[in-house]
Amino acid sequence: MTRESRDTEITKAAGAGATAAVRGRKKRKNKENKTRTVRANTLLNDHPNPHYANNKIKTTKYTLLSFLPKNLFEQFHRFANVYFVFIALLNFVPVVNAFQPELALAPVVFILSVTAIKDLWEDYRRHRSDTEINHMDCLVYSSMERRYVEKYWKEVQVGDFIRLRCNEILPADVLLLSSSDPDRLCHIETATLDGETNLKQRQVVRSFLDLDCEFDPFKYHSVIECEKPNNDLNRFRGYIVHRSGRRDVLCKENLLLRGCTIRNTEEAVGIVIYAGHETKAMLNNNGPRYKRSKLERQMNVDVFWCVIILLVICSFAAVGHGLWMFQYGDKRPVFDVLSPQGTNLSPIMSAIYLFLTLIIVFQVLIPISLFVSIEIVKICQVYLIHQDMDLYDEETDSHLQCRALNITEDLGQMQYIFSDKTGTLTENKMVFRRCTVAGVEYSHDANARRLAMYQEMDSEEEECMSHGGTLPRRESVTSHQSARVVLRSQSTKSHRRTGSRAEAKRASILSKHTAFSSPMEKDITPDPQLLYKVNECSSQMDFMRFHSQPMSQLSSDLSDIIDFFIALTICNTVVVSSPNQPRHKVRMRFELKSPVKTIEDFIKRFTPSRLTSGSNSSSSSSLITNRSSNKGCSSLLSSPSAESTLTKLHEEQSSHLEPTFSPVPPCYDGKASWNLEEGELRYEAESPDEAALVYAARAYKCSLVGRLPDQVTVELPHLGKLSFELLHTLGFDSTRKRMSVVVKHPLTDQITVYTKGADSVIMDLLKPLDTGKRQKKIICRTQNYLNLYAADGLRTLCIAKKILSKEEYACWLQCHLEAETAIQGREELLFQSALRLETNLQLLGATGVEDRLQDGVPETVAALRRAGLQIWVLTGDKQETAVNIAYACKLLDPEEEMLTLNADSQVSHVSLVCKSLGLSKKKQINSSSSLSSHNTSPFLVHRLGLVIDGRTLAYALDKTLEDKFLEVARSCRSVLCCRSTPLQKSMVVKLVRNKLKVMTLAIGDGANDVSMIQVADVGVGISGQEGMQAVMASDFALPRFRYLQKLLLVHGHWCYSRLANMILYFFYKNAMFVALLFWYQFYCGFSGSAMIDQWYLIFFNLMFSAFPQLVTGTLDKDVSAETLQRLPQLYVNGQNSEEYKPYMFWMNMIDAFYQSLVCFFIPYFAYADSDVDLFTWGTPITTLALFTILLHLGIETKTWTWMNWLSIIFSITLFFTVALCYNASCPTCFSPSNPYWTMQRQLQEPLFYLLCLITPVTALLPRYMPFRVLTRIILQHRGLRGVRASATGVQNVDIYNSQRAKFSEVKLKLGFFCLCSSFTLNNIGTNSHRGGVGTHTHTHAHTDSVHIRARAWRLE
Amino acid sequence: MMASSYNAKEEDGHHSGSASHGGAAVVKSKKPDNTAFKQQRLPAWQPILTAGTVLPAFFVIGLIFIPIGIGLYVTSNNIKEFEIDYTGVDMNSACYSCAKNFSWNSTTSCLCTVDFTLEQPFESNVFMYYGLSNFYQNHRRYVKSRDDSQLNGDMSALTNPSKECEPYRMSEGLPIAPCGAIANSLFNDTLKLYYLEANGTRNEIPLVKKGIAWWTDKHVKFRNPGGNANLTAVFQGNLTATSKPVNWRNPVYELDQDPENNGFINEDFIVWMRTAALPTFRKLYRIIQKKSSTMPTLPSGKYVLDITYNYPVLSFDGRKRMILSTISWMGGKNPFLGIAYITVGSICFFLGVVLLIIHHKYDTRSTGADIPN
Repeated sequence: MTRESRDTEITKAAGAGATAAVRGRKKRKNKENKTRTVRANTLLNDHPNPHYANNKIKTTKYTLLSFLPKNLFEQFHRFANVYFVFIALLNFVPVVNAFQPELALAPVVFILSVTAIKDLWEDYRRHRSDTEINHMDCLVYSSMERRYVEKYWKEVQVGDFIRLRCNEILPADVLLLSSSDPDRLCHIETATLDGETNLKQRQVVRSFLDLDCEFDPFKYHSVIECEKPNNDLNRFRGYIVHRSGRRDVLCKENLLLRGCTIRNTEEAVGIVIYAGHETKAMLNNNGPRYKRSKLERQMNVDVFWCVIILLVICSFAAVGHGLWMFQYGDKRPVFDVLSPQGTNLSPIMSAIYLFLTLIIVFQVLIPISLFVSIEIVKICQVYLIHQDMDLYDEETDSHLQCRALNITEDLGQMQYIFSDKTGTLTENKMVFRRCTVAGVEYSHDANARRLAMYQEMDSEEEECMSHGGTLPRRESVTSHQSARVVLRSQSTKSHRRTGSRAEAKRASILSKHTAFSSPMEKDITPDPQLLYKVNECSSQMDFMRFHSQPMSQLSSDLSDIIDFFIALTICNTVVVSSPNQPRHKVRMRFELKSPVKTIEDFIKRFTPSRLTSGSNSSSSSSLITNRSSNKGCSSLLSSPSAESTLTKLHEEQSSHLEPTFSPVPPCYDGKASWNLEEGELRYEAESPDEAALVYAARAYKCSLVGRLPDQVTVELPHLGKLSFELLHTLGFDSTRKRMSVVVKHPLTDQITVYTKGADSVIMDLLKPLDTGKRQKKIICRTQNYLNLYAADGLRTLCIAKKILSKEEYACWLQCHLEAETAIQGREELLFQSALRLETNLQLLGATGVEDRLQDGVPETVAALRRAGLQIWVLTGDKQETAVNIAYACKLLDPEEEMLTLNADSQVSHVSLVCKSLGLSKKKQINSSSSLSSHNTSPFLVHRLGLVIDGRTLAYALDKTLEDKFLEVARSCRSVLCCRSTPLQKSMVVKLVRNKLKVMTLAIGDGANDVSMIQVADVGVGISGQEGMQAVMASDFALPRFRYLQKLLLVHGHWCYSRLANMILYFFYKNAMFVALLFWYQFYCGFSGSAMIDQWYLIFFNLMFSAFPQLVTGTLDKDVSAETLQRLPQLYVNGQNSEEYKPYMFWMNMIDAFYQSLVCFFIPYFAYADSDVDLFTWGTPITTLALFTILLHLGIETKTWTWMNWLSIIFSITLFFTVALCYNASCPTCFSPSNPYWTMQRQLQEPLFYLLCLITPVTALLPRYMPFRVLTRIILQHRGLRGVRASATGVQNVDIYNSQRAKFSEVKLKLGFFCLCSSFTLNNIGTNSHRGGVGTHTHTHAHTDSVHIRARAWRLE
Repeated sequence: MMASSYNAKEEDGHHSGSASHGGAAVVKSKKPDNTAFKQQRLPAWQPILTAGTVLPAFFVIGLIFIPIGIGLYVTSNNIKEFEIDYTGVDMNSACYSCAKNFSWNSTTSCLCTVDFTLEQPFESNVFMYYGLSNFYQNHRRYVKSRDDSQLNGDMSALTNPSKECEPYRMSEGLPIAPCGAIANSLFNDTLKLYYLEANGTRNEIPLVKKGIAWWTDKHVKFRNPGGNANLTAVFQGNLTATSKPVNWRNPVYELDQDPENNGFINEDFIVWMRTAALPTFRKLYRIIQKKSSTMPTLPSGKYVLDITYNYPVLSFDGRKRMILSTISWMGGKNPFLGIAYITVGSICFFLGVVLLIIHHKYDTRSTGADIPN
């Protein structure tokens, strides 16, 4: 079974934003509903296709003129910016202004301009690269000069003829009309579009196939009708209408997409169908994704609370002011100044004005710098994650990429992981292990031994071999070029995306060697018994052919074997290339023949008088000339190989000539010379399974040597090269789960269908059982072996064949051709057609392919498990294989019970679910009663694994049943969904995410995981062998699965705890500062006066207290990386949002409230009834607040590096320097505070220093107070006992010390056993005492630096 | 005070440039640098708050704070201060009639005399303050209502004061000098202090009126337009004609006879212009300098305070006081800081003791419980 096809997935990969990317497209009323008509530009004098976008691209957002308004408009989409601008503008209203209006604008302008400059720079870079792209050259046919002339890309129009040369990049979506290739093929590399590195073949439009001379644009008079531009890379439908009125169908095989590179084709000519922004590549560009993290959502709630607090205190003060004024009545005191107009304001009016004034004064309560700071911190965090050496993979020279910059902290809060299996848990290096043919098992013991050897081999070594071998590199120019275009065409909007350059580079590196071709995959040790049989069989066949005996005389066992290998070899889409001429397909053409595409063609070919009818090439009705038959006769005469020695079996066969012997005898090359070449043939497969099978067949000397669209050449022992006429390829799709090829067998001349697919499907499609005893036996045995393979964790595929009679084939062909030519619902019709063909199959055998686990997968899974993460595996593999892989990677435990849900119908599913629900509940009760009376820990109780297959999953995802399914799934420790389609994968993720309200992470490597990755809160792509689609869609791209452990457990935890603490600190800081001003309102008649100079007020957040928190937010580590990895339980912290609970916001508010009271009232009483003036009094208060805030941060900082020290010293120095300069600069400038020489005088006052000493200490006393010590008493009273760890063992392990954890004493809910086992595992706490209930590791005051506190769930 | 553990990890000997594969492709390795910063392994100090580290901190704070507090308290107590309220709210008080009849519109001054007795002599220099209560000099609009440029002697600001001065900017078509509400509400009571000798003769005590303002205010911030000479000409000139603030009796150039203390650089004016932080405040009025080392500046005995009652405060329920005070290195009399230090120190000490007991108790218990294996 191959990987699920990419076809449907790319559509989804192209996000919704794609349409937005289309710029400047003229909206045109299109009455021809949904079609586009393209005429050649040479056709008419005036431009025939004027309304289509030209090829000029413009991805910039702004022009010089529009920059300012547009950028501002965009920035004001942020609510915070609007708020701050509103406040700043409010300052310009005289009655309410609080600050100097210009000064109040400063912070907003600063922040807006920083963003604007950043945007401008990005836009300029986009502009530059646009210009570069637009000015690339290509050859366009000029009707004036009647030749191809060089033109810039941007000048290309729809309807232009373009000549493309090898290694050129396509400037637009082009319909291929002519190719220099004799097969009228054109090879393209689509790595830039989908990351797949194998070459794709594109065909010249059928009606132009047989142009022998060069294509002349002037003779082209057809009209193309096709779909409107869309972003589906794998769909192109349309037809070409010739002058004669003939219609020919166009399909995606005829279309060359912009951004792809022409390979192996000297020259090609095509007509531009879609240009510029309407090309599929451009339509597929979606900008960076913006996700909002959970923490940010939580933060926004608290910002909202801040707004409420702001409104409340402003209203309170406004009422206070009204009352204050009211008490004076009509006698207006001298200090209550009239309004500038001299009018006397009523208390109510003043209160209303004051309300607005206070909103300005208290604006910092909603922290303007918070949003900026968070972004800065996140960028730093992303940088540090990027730099982590542990996340760097030396093999591929790639490291983790953070593609989404703003959800780093989500990594610390994951609860569910949805993982793909193939390529994610496993290496996706498929290795052929064993097979069964015609009911006989060939165990391939030697092969197993060889694999075991590889297992031991260092992976690095292995990579060296694959790199250092004979694999050549493409010309450097090419890779260079492709790299550049990758950068562009992947996403022209992607410049903001950090990863794009790296991806481009990686893609180009990848393309240098063929995928899926490590020696481990290539070298297969054949089973001697089978090898002997193959030899025997082929020599017999050779003999028979030589003596013109009918092939049917071969024993059915032997013919099955040979058919089996032929199927392995040809039933795929593998392209052969020879490394000497990179990417030049090996030309092994014996006869040129186009695939059967018309009924006439079919009749012509399959009538005995073929040679004669073929000769008159100019048949009346069509443009088609039967070129194939023309040339076919030339190769008719060929001599059998000298090497075809007679074996003893020859005598057994009677020799008589078969009259209808194949008219296409195979050609023999010199075998010796071929053998040399053989070793160097390279197979380019789309999926590793295909490659593995082809390599396996090659080990049996049954090698694929060439593939053309219409024929496959296979070399067989003794028989030499055989060309199979390839009539149809029914490609793999994930619904059918199989692929088929229809070939004409060169030896028997029969039309044979070879089908390869998942055993579950193939078994259903076999001929009814009553057909024959032998077949029955084969099926039975094969099924047994299949189960055996699956139990070994092998991926199984069944191989079957079917022989069609000519009548049957003709009948089917009729329908198939209809389907192919249909414009509406073609996919559906083709699908139906395929279903009709793939029936009544004859089973040949089955293969078992091994997919090795990646390094460190079981350990990672175990660690993530212990971290409280639920891991679900969603795979397209069959159940048994998946289950075995799950066991192998410790996802399932042999000790735990497994619930298997396999239902055939909805009804049975319902009952099954209900039953299992009951079971799981019973289980839960049992387990909980045995372990704990009131369990709070979800991950120790359920010892159940759930396995569900695709069909059942479909029922389970039904609206009515999803709740029940979830209930069952939740009660299980692990869930395994097999045989699931990509859509199902994303539905499962969506279901869990939406219903359980949990944080989900999806990890996968292939195109079939894209939808799942996009749905999850955090999508992780494995930049493995399956192309870049998953990476493109992901938020984080990892080289290996095992890196997930460090990414989540360490970086996720850090990012989360850093940001959570920083956000809380921000709220605290601003609230504390604002509260100082609020208290003052009680002493200034609620007049909105501030004792703090407005400069300090405005720059306090922006400058004085900004840096230390950034450093802490970036570098602080509550627990060291080693400990986090050693004790994955600590991850629970983030899952339960322990660092930032809603109540913590209020706790911080209360703390801020208290601290501001201290900071206000100590100076208040110290200066009460003195001659101190307003701003002289405000200066020490500002200083004290700064000290308190910084010391508070100091207490919150868990690790002090020199950067923390530096930033704090810098902050304090900055404050005093600024204050001294500011107070010395101008005696009259800073009205109204006019703080000339204030700070200088304060520094001479002993009182100032005395205040600076006592206030922060008093303010921080409650925070510094060891809650731990107090809670210890409580814990003691509760009867919790401590576990004493040996001091020597714990010396250097900075295990979690939870008294730092703010007010939440109970940080970790870890099971006692977990902790204990981790201790013993890591050789710490060797004499740790199993005290029972909670764990509380206490170490002695002198020797230990370490304390663990954990209230675990209790056993009693 | 806190346990610290250095977490410096030695740089492991990884070669930062990975060996390129088989000599092919000298693609620059993307391998991150192995630096302490990038790998987040910067040596760090981890303060861990455990009982063992917290307890000493408490004791240290307590031991430092309590002596400071005692020192401050003693210093504050040594300061002599005498305060007398002369608002005249009470029927019996001397200024009752003045207070009752007086308003901003009164043209003549009202005189009243208050007698008081100093129980103890004031030894060192005595500072004489006037104190106002319930006077919101920190009101937002009041604070803003001034023009610093004008007060700095700027000619253009003199004739065209800042908008902030509204509605005390122009009067009868002329710019007000000094403009604004602060200046307009200048405290204009005059106080004279007499020592009542035993024989009943009044002995006027010389009050120094210079040196009461900040040096920087007097010499930098406040300047008369066109120098100190001939102020009348400046404030009354043709081009620079100004009007006196509406509440003032005399124009600004008649505040004092002494040209060094007249106009904008009049120190009483400067002191007033420095707006008080809190609604109850005092402002330095005069200084009584110590004359000889043997005689106390103000010997104990009876004193008479002559007040020219010009400043109405009763309308807003204000109070006026006269304060005599000596000062120390830490300013005027204020026992608060001393008490605060003592309190905080004691709390810390007390907490330390309590925690020590708990810690000790717990420690023995846990030792007993946990060591059996």
